Amino acid sequence: MAEVLVFVDHVDGVVRKPTLELLTLARRVGEPVAVALGAGAGATAGVLGEHGAVRVLVDEAPEYGEFLVVPKVDALRAACEAVSPVAVLVVSSAEGKEVAARLALRTGSGLLTDVVDVEAGEGGVVVTQSVFAASFTTRSRVVRGGAVVTVKPNSASVEPVAAAGEVVALEVSFSQGASGTRVTGREARESTGRPELTEAAIVVSGGRGVNGAENFALIEALADSLGAAVGASRAAVDAGWYPHSAQVGQTGKSVSPQLYIASGISGAIQHRAGMQTSKTIVAINKDAEAPIFDLVDYGVVGDLFQVVPQLTDEIKARKG
Amino acid sequence: MSLRIVVCVKYVPDATGDRRFSDDLTVDREDVDGLLSELDEYAVEQALRIAEGAGDAEVTVLTVGPEDARDALRKALSMGADRAVHVEDESVHGSDVMGTSLVVARAVEKAGFDLVVAGMASTDGGGGVVPALLAERLGVAQVTLLSEVSVEGGVVRGRRDGDVASEWLEASLPAVVSVTDQSGEARYPSFKGIMAAKKKPVVSWDLDDLGVEAGEVGLGGAFTRVVSVAERPARTVGTVVTDEGEGGRQVAEFLAGRKFI
Ligand SMILES: Cc1cc2nc3c(=O)[nH]c(=O)nc-3n(C[C@H](O)[C@H](O)[C@H](O)COP(=O)(O)OP(=O)(O)OC[C@H]3O[C@@H](n4cnc5c(N)ncnc54)[C@H](O)[C@@H]3O)c2cc1C
Ligand SMILES: Nc1ncnc2c1ncn2[C@@H]1O[C@H](COP(=O)(O)O)[C@@H](O)[C@H]1O
Repeated sequence: MAEVLVFVDHVDGVVRKPTLELLTLARRVGEPVAVALGAGAGATAGVLGEHGAVRVLVDEAPEYGEFLVVPKVDALRAACEAVSPVAVLVVSSAEGKEVAARLALRTGSGLLTDVVDVEAGEGGVVVTQSVFAASFTTRSRVVRGGAVVTVKPNSASVEPVAAAGEVVALEVSFSQGASGTRVTGREARESTGRPELTEAAIVVSGGRGVNGAENFALIEALADSLGAAVGASRAAVDAGWYPHSAQVGQTGKSVSPQLYIASGISGAIQHRAGMQTSKTIVAINKDAEAPIFDLVDYGVVGDLFQVVPQLTDEIKARKG
Repeated sequence: MSLRIVVCVKYVPDATGDRRFSDDLTVDREDVDGLLSELDEYAVEQALRIAEGAGDAEVTVLTVGPEDARDALRKALSMGADRAVHVEDESVHGSDVMGTSLVVARAVEKAGFDLVVAGMASTDGGGGVVPALLAERLGVAQVTLLSEVSVEGGVVRGRRDGDVASEWLEASLPAVVSVTDQSGEARYPSFKGIMAAKKKPVVSWDLDDLGVEAGEVGLGGAFTRVVSVAERPARTVGTVVTDEGEGGRQVAEFLAGRKFI
């Protein structure tokens, strides 16, 4: 059976959820072979095997952490030569897309980014993308060379399927450009104790209407009552009320949760670009004309300072 | 020696207007209002700041796009760039990212560069991959997605805020840099700048000038093809209520109905 390469996104050996979603999609096209790089890479094999990876190609060289992007491209190139995959799947993160693009160029493959669905077609994979702030859905395929596809988080479910997950060492010789960009410092983002924004099943966001950093406590309390991640509009981030890492939208994170609750957010096109594919959308806004109401499954025209605390209390009461 | 900076900018359909596809399933760039991609204003801004810091520097803005893309160049010139390059060729129409990056890379080479500055992504749905592809094609360092950037003594340094960590990066020139919308507000063109821009040189190149074959780009040269386009069905209009003291509890009831509580 044809093999599909899945590039593993992990932090010190802990596999991040979008990679497990890639394995679900990969199985539609062929047998998944995972590639895990850097410190802790070997430790990913257990969980990858439980989700269908037949083999895990591993290289723990320090270069992956010391230099930007290129060493990973070198490794995937080596993996492509070893495996001759029908497609390479990568998580659509900022770095994932850069790695994928350079790999596609080197291997003479077609590149498809920000994909939300992958199927097997007659002449190779067929992918679905969502464009222009999700107002159009396009289907595309590769017409020349192999396929390198980056897939957005939350595009597929995680499905446990037992496979061998056999660890195989990957031989990589680094290219001349591999050490071109040195990482001279790294500061891990502080954990909020809440789910990761792009992976969360529920996202609760606040915008300019929240009117102050201290008031974000209301948004956080609602999020915590639902076990949700906290997001923010760019207006709230630019005002310094919430960190940029929580920004949802075109220049922030793209989210696609089961439930998105927007409070004090007008719903500008650039914000919608990052949340429009959420399954259920709820908004609280005091302006009945706010464009966010065009998207909602349920909306309340009202003052968030009244509605949000009442909602939080009611959820807590119902959960007991 | 003078620091040669090339800023790559894109002319894009206005996001607040009606964006659509043409009959050949490419993005309609003819019959819609366009402008300099807002995210490339940040690239122009950082290039100008780097040039000001270096003293002896020349900033060239470069675009690959249709005739109207000149508007994007004018805007960048009026912000303060020194000269502009417009690559225009019928054959480029319908290129995928491989074709676009090829043409941009050849043009950057022909213009001559020590530093290439790009935006984080095109606002018309670009994947934010052209800068990485430029670095690969030009064989120089990639220092991308910077929220802070500086150039000193032939070394570019910057901070990249990633998914799980912030990283501090460093590379020797020549290099390709891309900057995010966190890198610093872009300046508005002054009246003087707008007047001066009218006298600045804009050169036009086509594929022949760049030694690129028509077959390497456009729909024919593309590695990928859009096979169908569908307008996303409008979301079914939900319920919108006005809060009369029970709004929070009403939302809770809705959430319970959908099994979120
Ligand atoms: C290139 C580019 C990229 C961008 N990228 C992003 C992005 O990634 N993410 C993003 O979010 N934006 C982005 N923007 C900005 C975007 O255009 C909007 O400016 C922004 O989303 C507005 O944020 P907001 O809805 O919080 O603020 P506003 O538009 O000011 O809306 C605030 C809303 O709060 C309501 N409100 C006020 N007080 C209350 C109250 N007490 N109770 C209830 N409601 C209240 C108001 O009625 C209003 O509707 C981008 C813009 C550009 C040009
Ligand atoms: N047609 C083009 N002409 C010049 N520069 C471009 C073009 N397309 C993309 N770029 C540059 O590459 C960046 C990222 O674009 P993209 O990969 O399309 O999201 C943009 O912000 C520009 O700096």
